[in-house]
Amino acid sequence: MSEVEAIQIDIKGIREGLLVSLPQGEWPALEQALLDELARRGDFLKGAKLIINAAEHELNVATMSRLRDRVTDSGLLLWGVLSSSAQTERSAQLMGLATRIHDGARPPDTEPVEEYEPAAPQDLGPDAGIMVRRTLRSGASLHAPGHITIIGDVNPGAEVVAGGNVVVWGRLRGLVHAGAGGNEDAFVCAMDLSPTQLRIAGHIAIPPAERGQVSPEIARVQDGQVIAENWTLG
Amino acid sequence: MTGRVITITSGKGGVGKTTATANISAALAAMGHKVVCMDADIGLRNLDVVLGLENRIVYDLVDVVEGRCKVRQAMIRDKRLEELYLIPAAQTRDKNAVAPKDMVRICDELRQDFDYIVIDSPAGIERGFKNAIAPADEVVIITNPEVSAVRDADRIIGLVEAEQKGPAKLVVNRINTDMVERGDMLAVADVLELLAVELVGIVPDDTAVLVSTNKGAPIALEPKSKTGQAFRDIARRLTGEEVPFSASNGNNGFLGRISKLMKSKEGRNA
Ligand SMILES: Nc1ncnc2c1ncn2[C@@H]1O[C@H](COP(=O)(O)OP(=O)(O)O)[C@@H](O)[C@H]1O
Ligand SMILES: [Mg+2]
Repeated sequence: MSEVEAIQIDIKGIREGLLVSLPQGEWPALEQALLDELARRGDFLKGAKLIINAAEHELNVATMSRLRDRVTDSGLLLWGVLSSSAQTERSAQLMGLATRIHDGARPPDTEPVEEYEPAAPQDLGPDAGIMVRRTLRSGASLHAPGHITIIGDVNPGAEVVAGGNVVVWGRLRGLVHAGAGGNEDAFVCAMDLSPTQLRIAGHIAIPPAERGQVSPEIARVQDGQVIAENWTLG
Repeated sequence: MTGRVITITSGKGGVGKTTATANISAALAAMGHKVVCMDADIGLRNLDVVLGLENRIVYDLVDVVEGRCKVRQAMIRDKRLEELYLIPAAQTRDKNAVAPKDMVRICDELRQDFDYIVIDSPAGIERGFKNAIAPADEVVIITNPEVSAVRDADRIIGLVEAEQKGPAKLVVNRINTDMVERGDMLAVADVLELLAVELVGIVPDDTAVLVSTNKGAPIALEPKSKTGQAFRDIARRLTGEEVPFSASNGNNGFLGRISKLMKSKEGRNA
């Protein structure tokens, strides 16, 4: 086994996106291990916002910008870099990356300060969430803090719960909950919108069992009611 | 010789796993392959009964795992087929007596002497399921054309994928022949549309299955039986042969729809 393969890259979903924790080690090898891991999980992570916890690694702007380019090439968005190194934090700020996040995943030895919003315009992609390229079968459960895009079907018995919107490029026949944190503006779209149950924020709708012609539909809340209407693509 | 391990499973109980295991094994052996079937349903064994071999059991799978006998000693040769053997499950023991790694080890040994190792699994998704799946090269899911069975099959297909044993293949068992004759076979088409896996068999609902089970003589060995033919076709498909579905069923309207559906699935996967 090569050294690179032995590096353990930890990726977990948090409110802002995906938090990647890097272990100790030499930088170029770590960067490679991270990209390999992203490539390995590739399809599942595409479109996600990445927050890298670089711990005490010292990264200059050139290194970080190369990292950002490579992350972008892998189909993800580098959104933030957390670090206890002053240099790394400054590099991140210069590049307009977030250096603080909401939840408790702050790197050690840093004082909590005010939330830092990225200064640069968000030209690196849409307001990202996660994208899943497979069918969710009965028993599967997918939860994410942001938007969820599924390229595949959601079968009966599967559930999808998103803080943001849910878009299914396939048949949606399981349980779906958009705006799970209470966002009433969230919506659900599917090529075939026939969920067992559909929830948006605190509203629950049970679609009729028999439906006529199948066409793409979007469901959202209007005047306190869940409504579904044709989803005109593009 | 490197044998293939085929695991027959379902999620839901009573859909016909044991029946399918016995019949597919018998059909493969009747084709001239060396076959051993294994009952991984510890504590609830019945593959031996379906094959009519119950009275010959001396050792069982747990005896092999716990080192009381060699694999060879636990194998019972079938009454009718020279090349068919059974390794029975223990009737009484705790099902945690066998671990996935034991199954892998035993199957690796059997692969050297057999063409096919066919494993019957217990219902559920617990240890017994994991045991049955662990050594599999191929997983065949049995379902009935009924909502709850299909829901469980879907779940199992997902678990099989997660264990990197996919894509699973599908047998729809207990198709009502009256419905087939009426051309009213939406059930199979719907099942396939939802599960989106390769169909390797459609088996009629047939009281002769019960009769053959009670006799301990697999229906796959009855040349004139349509149900037997359905199991023989499954065995041939599992060996890689292309067997059209019309060979076992006569209804064009229904079959036309199925084969169209299968074509479009293939197109989508390609
Ligand atoms: N195609 C069929 N037609 C009629 N009865 C069947 C058929 N397949 C299975 N059965 C019956 O259904 C019952 C359950 O079958 P079994 O193979 O023991 O299921 P499992 O192993 O999945 O629990 C048995 O009584 C069996 O004879
Ligand atoms: Mg059984």
